[in-house]
Amino acid sequence: MQAGGLAAAAWVQAQWPSVMAAAQRAHQALRSTQPPKFEVLTAEQAQEVTAIAARILPTDELPGATEAGVVYFIDHALKTFASDAVPLYQQGLVLVNQLTSEKYPGVPRFSAASSEQQDEILAALQKDQPKEKRPTRRNSYIQSSDFIQVIWVHTIWGFLVDPDGGGNRDFAGWKVIDRDPAHSFTPPFGFYDQGYPGWQPAAQETEKK
Amino acid sequence: MTQSKVAYKTSDEVDFVIVGSGAAGGVLAKELATNGFRVVVLEQGPYLTEADFTHNEIKVLQQHFLTNDPLRQPNTFRKTPDETAKKQPCLVYGRCVGGSSVHFTANYWRFHEIDFVERGKVGEIPGVGLADWPITYADLEPYYTKVEWEVGVSGLAGASPFDPPRSKPYPMPPLPVKDSGVIFERASRKLGYHPFPAPMAILSQPRPGRSACVNCGFCLGFGCEVGAKSSSLSSVIPLAEKTGRCEIRPNCYVHRIETDKNGRATGAVYFDSQRNSHLQKAKAVILSANGAETPRLLLLSANKSSPNGLANSSGLVGKYLMPNSGAIAYGVFEEQLNDYKGFAVSRIFHDFYELDTQKPAFYGGGGLDARFDITPIAFAMNGLPPGTPRWGKGFKKALHHNFTRTMEIFCHGTSLPVESNSFSLDPDLKDAWGLPALRMTFKDHPNDLKMMEWMQARAMEILDAAGAQAKWSPPVTEQQFAFHLLGTCRMGKDPKSSVIDPDHRTHDVPNLFLCDGSSLVTSGRGQPTMTIQALAYRAADRITALAKQGAIPG
Repeated sequence: MQAGGLAAAAWVQAQWPSVMAAAQRAHQALRSTQPPKFEVLTAEQAQEVTAIAARILPTDELPGATEAGVVYFIDHALKTFASDAVPLYQQGLVLVNQLTSEKYPGVPRFSAASSEQQDEILAALQKDQPKEKRPTRRNSYIQSSDFIQVIWVHTIWGFLVDPDGGGNRDFAGWKVIDRDPAHSFTPPFGFYDQGYPGWQPAAQETEKK
Repeated sequence: MTQSKVAYKTSDEVDFVIVGSGAAGGVLAKELATNGFRVVVLEQGPYLTEADFTHNEIKVLQQHFLTNDPLRQPNTFRKTPDETAKKQPCLVYGRCVGGSSVHFTANYWRFHEIDFVERGKVGEIPGVGLADWPITYADLEPYYTKVEWEVGVSGLAGASPFDPPRSKPYPMPPLPVKDSGVIFERASRKLGYHPFPAPMAILSQPRPGRSACVNCGFCLGFGCEVGAKSSSLSSVIPLAEKTGRCEIRPNCYVHRIETDKNGRATGAVYFDSQRNSHLQKAKAVILSANGAETPRLLLLSANKSSPNGLANSSGLVGKYLMPNSGAIAYGVFEEQLNDYKGFAVSRIFHDFYELDTQKPAFYGGGGLDARFDITPIAFAMNGLPPGTPRWGKGFKKALHHNFTRTMEIFCHGTSLPVESNSFSLDPDLKDAWGLPALRMTFKDHPNDLKMMEWMQARAMEILDAAGAQAKWSPPVTEQQFAFHLLGTCRMGKDPKSSVIDPDHRTHDVPNLFLCDGSSLVTSGRGQPTMTIQALAYRAADRITALAKQGAIPG
């Protein structure tokens, strides 16, 4: 039983167009067939960022960071709220490419390495880094000087943020976590509340008071 | 942008200036304006409305869209007074019209009788400043009922055998049960507990201008886009403004309460958004700035005759901070719960509300709730079991399986009042306006940590009884971050051992009142906002009576 369900749904239909319109504009910008221009990253840097993000969230039978448009999210973040991380990206990408060539002579950059090699490189980079404070449950923002940690956070942001926040293209990230993109829901929500009879007092009430 | 129909000049001596528009400030504004008084509410944050709210997790949770900004408003933290505090974010509160009621979980438990008389019942506890309230549950009961009916609380009266007496049922039925609630209810009944529908300040039925909850799933931490969450913004502030006597003035950062040579408050001094300073004159001042900013403002208002801070002759302003204790247990189940749908909590139990001080030997008590309040980004960061890969196919597989199958059992409990636990002014660090930053000094009383470990073990038993495929619980550790800001200007009859009297008037300044989390004498069992609002309704009655008797010298 959901009290007020119908009335609530009607209210949403009446009141939400403006909210939905804004969200849809954001989605359409990302669906545009013309390749978006990068604002901060060079084409070469964007290629490496794409490759790193694709190892954090690879593409398999479900979409990965590439399908979610994570690189566009990161580029826009570097232009706006994460602009202080631009030097970290520039230096970090150089470092990652250097490490690639050292480890695998003849491979000029990270994006040219095989998936297995890429995983080895990222594992080595993570091992080298001092253990920084893990993000807390309610605050994933960390001021990190560790490039791999920062790109990890940004990749997750770009993958899972509501598209209103400029990532998660076509809800690719939410397909992976199996989250329905709808803005409202009615019960039953899942497996366990199906057929729930409504709250009843316990059969054998033991009076404790 | 203000929505108010009236705009006062700062030189107009209004009847009341209220600092803060949250759970308490909103109620006081509505009540006092309705009673015929001219009211200005000064809010440090912006005036956002439903149309401004968003599901953008980065903007809301990472960029502090609705809350205090640790970059412009830095804090320092230390465990004990003999340490030098270090700069670190240590608290969160709402910084917008509606305050923390905009982003809260909306658990609306009443306090029980015991919370007001615990000191008398358990006696003295070494190292603890436990005190009885000067008012009882019976004094507050009519106001709890008023909160439920006026702001809108969903629930089922009589469903918990541990509930205190009530004069009226809830105004609307409980919200729908979530899968976490069904799992919790069945398993905890198996173990002999008494789960019941959680009372929530979220509408299960529509009200004028407000939708019933649409179960969008972005609740805790977010502002409600349909007005279903019963924040001050959605409930009482529109009523306050409708009177035509109340102005809500946003973007006003109050940093001083001005007094005259007779020691009477004359108004509140604030920076506007351009950092120009103004004095809003008023016959009386009410601080509802929250349990951190209210004591800070008193300390910032020190003057020649009150060198230790305004209204601080007791020396207790800022002390006895109680953030409540907490612990979590996580469970993953075979089938999909889809618990991301809906508000946070649908089932709770109060079997541990009043624990036996002999067995299991804890003071205070608590309640357990079943919930899932972790939005997608936060889930990827911290919602997976320890040891899960953090990148690659293993990471992705875990995200795919667990997001829809995870639930939490949250244990909430008492914080005992310890005098050295406090908010004070940092001697070195300044905020972006050049004012001394808030310094938090806090170390959990060992009783509270042991109680949380005990309660967390019960939560793990429930997950076992429920047949969870996997379960884990982060260790209970000393807290260094506060969500609930309670007890820092406590109420009492004796001016030596309290800051405000039972009418919320400061003992020292006859036209200065305090009403918010700082007024609480004990911390209850973890859900303070219902009690803060009941106190605000009662305070409005008391203040109105005093004003009408001519007993507030301006």
